[in-house]
Amino acid sequence: MSFQPVKFYQTGTFTVGNRLLAAEERSVQANMRRTNSINSGHRACQGCGEALGARYAIDAAMEATGKRLIAANATGCLEVFSTPYPETSWQVPWIHSLFGNTAAVATGIAAAMRVKGRSDIRVVAQGGDGGTTDIGFGCLSGMFERNDDVLYLCYDNGAYMNTGVQRSSATPAAARTATTMAVGEPPGNVFGQGKDLPAIAMAHGIPYVATATVAELRDLEAKVRRAMEFRGARYLHIFVPCPLGWGHAAHDTIRIARLAKETGVFPVFEAERGEVVSVSKIRRQLPVEEYLRPQKRFAHLFGKAPRADLIARIQEIADRNIRRYGLVDG
Amino acid sequence: MLKQIEGSQAVAQAVALCRPEVICAYPISPQTHIVEGLGEMVKSGALARCEFINVESEFAAMSVAIGAAAAGARAYTATASQGLLYMAEAVFNASGLGLPIVMTVANRAIGAPINIWNDHTDAMSQRDCGWIQLFAENNQEALDLHIQAFRLGEELSLPVMVCMDGFILTHAYERVDLPTQEQVDAWLPPFEPRQVLDPAEPVSIGAMVGPEAFMEVRYLAHAKQMRALELIPGWADEFRRAFGRDSGGLLHSYRTEDADTIVVALGSVLGTIKDTIDEMRRDGVKIGVLGITCFRPWPLAAVRAALAHATRVVVIEKSLAVGLGGIVTSNVRTSYGGSADAVHAVIAGLGGRSITRASLARVFAAALAGTLEPLSFLDLDGALVERALAREREQRRSGPIAEGMLRDLGVVAARI
Repeated sequence: MSFQPVKFYQTGTFTVGNRLLAAEERSVQANMRRTNSINSGHRACQGCGEALGARYAIDAAMEATGKRLIAANATGCLEVFSTPYPETSWQVPWIHSLFGNTAAVATGIAAAMRVKGRSDIRVVAQGGDGGTTDIGFGCLSGMFERNDDVLYLCYDNGAYMNTGVQRSSATPAAARTATTMAVGEPPGNVFGQGKDLPAIAMAHGIPYVATATVAELRDLEAKVRRAMEFRGARYLHIFVPCPLGWGHAAHDTIRIARLAKETGVFPVFEAERGEVVSVSKIRRQLPVEEYLRPQKRFAHLFGKAPRADLIARIQEIADRNIRRYGLVDG
Repeated sequence: MLKQIEGSQAVAQAVALCRPEVICAYPISPQTHIVEGLGEMVKSGALARCEFINVESEFAAMSVAIGAAAAGARAYTATASQGLLYMAEAVFNASGLGLPIVMTVANRAIGAPINIWNDHTDAMSQRDCGWIQLFAENNQEALDLHIQAFRLGEELSLPVMVCMDGFILTHAYERVDLPTQEQVDAWLPPFEPRQVLDPAEPVSIGAMVGPEAFMEVRYLAHAKQMRALELIPGWADEFRRAFGRDSGGLLHSYRTEDADTIVVALGSVLGTIKDTIDEMRRDGVKIGVLGITCFRPWPLAAVRAALAHATRVVVIEKSLAVGLGGIVTSNVRTSYGGSADAVHAVIAGLGGRSITRASLARVFAAALAGTLEPLSFLDLDGALVERALAREREQRRSGPIAEGMLRDLGVVAARI
């Protein structure tokens, strides 16, 4: 059995209170040094998981690097809602170039820093799942393969939300999107492997790969800090619910993210040089229905003609994750 | 220092003298020897303080250059043909962001059918992308234009494409005068970006711009190109004083003073045209040639002045605007005060077809005789085209055009 550090949870909510943690493990949320690198006033939707994830990830990276950070951003919601010209939410040096080239732009920035003798300045690249697993995949794989000194942050909400909820290669099985309609057989997205980006990143043998959700922000921050202890290519895949695209209440973003982890739909782990080194165990395993039911994108599984068969197949996917990563002690 | 070297090596040496800080390389013929030369210099340490990055595509090459330039580094890459098209989205982005990247385009045809030989279709496809486009006539000019390109681009915050004919120049061994490091250092100041990614002074670059300001942003891109038109002639003079030779500038005129027929062209074909004109001059024909060095921005006023006394203009161009005719010709017509019918488009040398003095002489004679069509194709095999057309008329499933023509030709090696 792998070693797991003790985590403190408050009864009922599963969240961690800062007051229960040692000072060095506390969130920068409660910290006067917090940089607010994505400042208030941006135009993300209410309950946006991506805005939350990016806010914690970038602030943690700023803290880890002593504010010596440059960010490259893919086209997508995060780019659009944060920089409606001439306004910007970014308190870090930030560049948006294109949809599919963010990892390569970050490589160029890192090369410039190296040649100027400023390798103390670190580089993050960030994008949504479409910009990462689909159109930006070539540049991302190239950056991994060369082991360029870049931390890539993927905010995965499982579809192209900025263009109106179209399917990406990260869209889960059976999910309804604008291009995987809830009609035909099977209704919603196909059942298949999709692109398991964390596993693909690990296959490149890069120093650090991890997954996180916005339900456990402390864990997310810790992984950003850990990533910044390495040189070379690093990948952090962050699960960020999208109330608009998934059809759940804005106040349920955290709950949905937590259910994704607690059902095994989204495995949370860390890997170094291609090997898993730690997993976040499921505390109280729940059936996938609990995760699927609050989301309108899965409503066709629960309607007048419930699709127990499809739900069972999704459960199989979750069970496979649980087995593969040892998410439940048994 | 005089050297007898390959064109690609001359360019590699020139780029190295400009102290590039980030070079991204992706192989495509006929550009490859340039980045190979630079890669060796970086790896051996001969070119210090430079990162050489082997990327996974041309799209990544331009994107890495964008990141590097935005972070304040002098960035260089080279490409050709399909590679230029593959990076097209990033090419527009680099100019939109105002990043003074310098890129060599070793001009080559675009497929299908796939063809690795020289014409100008690749560069012409990007003529409106916001980059400055300079065309070299020979290897000395290719070398010199790179040195000028870094300074021009960095002064204006605009990227610069230096176009040189693939194989004809890139693979030709010619004598070139290679300047010293001291000469280049004196000519080219260090890169001082207008805006830069710097944690000490955070800026957001590449924000979304809506209808309220997009027109103005694009206008300013145009205004910067117009500024280049003002700067380039003066810098050519300055270059002459510093390096002792004519290179760059907007245009080069040859024997046009009293010419009533003026030929217009870009790139290495100018040499063949000059030889042809010399022969015709011996026969008393008043003909000259205008070489366009700076194609973007288009030197409208300078071309107009150069063509002011011409009664007919023949444009020899190595690209085809399918469905229209000549791309360069269309530009020339905007600069010609006389009748548009007096400007003839001659499409020549596509996909590496040789442009010979005999063929040029025939075309120029036809122009003088008033029998040259407004649009013609130099040395087009009319019979071959007719057979292909006939085949299409006769049967619906007439098969792939290119393969059908090759079958008609039989042994083709003798024809090249």
